[in-house]
Amino acid sequence: MRVSDRIFGAVVILGSFIYVMAARGISKPFFADPLGPQAFPIGVGIVAAICGLVMVFSPDEEPNWPEMRSFLSILGSTILLITYAYVLKPMGFLVPTAIASAVISYQITPAPIRAVIYGLIISFGLFVLFKFALGLSLFAFPRDFFG
Amino acid sequence: MEILQNLQLGFSIALSPWTLMLAVAGCFIGTIVGALPGLGPSNGVAIMIPLTFSLSLDATSSLVLLTSIYYGAMYGGRISSILLNIPGDEPAMMTTLDGYPMAKAGRAADALVISGVASFVGALIATIGLAILAPALSRIAFEFGPGEYFALYLLAFCTLGGVASNNQAKAAFASCLGIAIAMVGLDPNSGTPRLTGGNLHLYDGIDFLVAIVGLFAVSEVFFFIESKGKSGATNVKVGKVRVPWRDIFEVRWVMLRSSILGFICGVLPGAGASLGSFMTYITEKGIAGEKGCFGTGVPKGVAAPEAGNNAAAGGALVPMLTLGVPGSGTTAVLLAVLVTLNVTPGPMLFVEEKEVVWGLIASLLIANFVLLAMNVPMVKVFVKILEVPPAALMPTVTMISMVGIFSLTGSYFDLILVVAFGVLGYVLRKMDIPTVPVILGILLGGKMEKSLRDAMVLSDGSAWGLIYTRPSDPTDLSMIASSLLVAAVLGFIAPMFLRRILRKPQRVAD
Repeated sequence: MRVSDRIFGAVVILGSFIYVMAARGISKPFFADPLGPQAFPIGVGIVAAICGLVMVFSPDEEPNWPEMRSFLSILGSTILLITYAYVLKPMGFLVPTAIASAVISYQITPAPIRAVIYGLIISFGLFVLFKFALGLSLFAFPRDFFG
Repeated sequence: MEILQNLQLGFSIALSPWTLMLAVAGCFIGTIVGALPGLGPSNGVAIMIPLTFSLSLDATSSLVLLTSIYYGAMYGGRISSILLNIPGDEPAMMTTLDGYPMAKAGRAADALVISGVASFVGALIATIGLAILAPALSRIAFEFGPGEYFALYLLAFCTLGGVASNNQAKAAFASCLGIAIAMVGLDPNSGTPRLTGGNLHLYDGIDFLVAIVGLFAVSEVFFFIESKGKSGATNVKVGKVRVPWRDIFEVRWVMLRSSILGFICGVLPGAGASLGSFMTYITEKGIAGEKGCFGTGVPKGVAAPEAGNNAAAGGALVPMLTLGVPGSGTTAVLLAVLVTLNVTPGPMLFVEEKEVVWGLIASLLIANFVLLAMNVPMVKVFVKILEVPPAALMPTVTMISMVGIFSLTGSYFDLILVVAFGVLGYVLRKMDIPTVPVILGILLGGKMEKSLRDAMVLSDGSAWGLIYTRPSDPTDLSMIASSLLVAAVLGFIAPMFLRRILRKPQRVAD
């Protein structure tokens, strides 16, 4: 079937088209050099679109896509890490890091108790490493937690 | 002898207790990082960058530390290649071809020692080559104007796909993607915002460290989640480590030839390290012929790619330091470090920052001997590291990556970008699209555009300005620029035909 490369190529072409359109919309400064700020991004977009065309018309073998469960695990970890990015500052270091490491560990080897232990060790160990050995300003807990 | 004077200066820096300690620590950490299954030189060095910055070292010290980690990871990578059949990165793949069969046949310890010695020979010859070639090349680099630099960047992107990738269109797309990402932010020439979508976080552009950590480290975590860490189990036992003198004596010419060939491949901008181990393996296989039994676990098949790989690693430092064009994923990471430390690689580096360059070269010479000691007599210490379960290792890698980036920029937006690049890296690698050109594109895209635009300014907008680079004399064809452009075109087209002849050996299955 070789459908992955064709779909990906089509996405590349569409993306390049949007990119070139966006590059055309860059406002021109009054004193521009001969080439200006638009030409190079447009050129790159066109080359990318040609690559996309090649992928559509001469696709490679199908890659081994993960089965549904692995796919959901990866999706879950992505959401987890994005949430982590948002809560790291307001929630302090220790709790989010422990939870995130434990979940990722569980997703690699589903052993719940070990995952929790790894999570706690990683969170505490990295806190000590970052805070005391490398001297970063990290807060262990939410700042207004202790008043 | 200028080179001896320079080396003397270098050793006076490298032998100071602090620098020496950093080099030894770097070798040790690097070997561990390389040996850890799933971490290779490029992602290993990538996650070490934020940590190094938080130590707030000066330019020489951080460069010595990170290049020692780089060299160490090149040595350490062979341990997981040979014992687990898991290459840490693309160039290490060739070592699995004979290393893993040898280990399965009960000669794991011999394979580790032979490859350790081969790594030493390769890295030593490459470091000497670096000391001789780099200053000479930096003198030529003074001739480079914007037209020449544009041709050079184009050459790097064209050869990057090369034999290492299976599909030129995909390799070219990866470069375009990187360059396209590099365009985001304020245009350096005119100050107009470009392609930011009005998002203020993007006005500074996208930090390449964010992209590197995402593409190399976080995407690896996703691969482990997918495979459920199955590949982590070691099923090969290492016996008593003895030096197999006869085998080492037998492969002496293989090591020498491969080191020189690997170094030459490494010096080529763009192509670099993967080409080194590939070419040396193929060459030695050809020289040995059918009788050589390559692929069944012969010492020559271990020595050749390992010497070639480490020599190419050293060779890749030549274009990185003299021209600012890295030859491999890891040297791209090192270039990112240099740029962040406000050290501009290029010919001026050899004039203005002599201490940095020669301190680095002298440290690498010392690091080599330290690494030989660590990797031959003490190799069993590092073999233990393979037993670290992925369920403990991968969450640690993720968290170090995330917190490391957070400590550098202090912005949650960059953390989200790291995750986004992780997902992107996962999809690209699944689609067999190489990620190294993306990094190189993000690093060099801005410079490539600037050199093109500067060349156009000099020639008043005529495209001939790319090869007739001297505006004072428009009939004077620049030999450097035109031959680089020809090489770029050939370097892009040749692999399409050569790939049919030079079939890339596929990985040994269990």
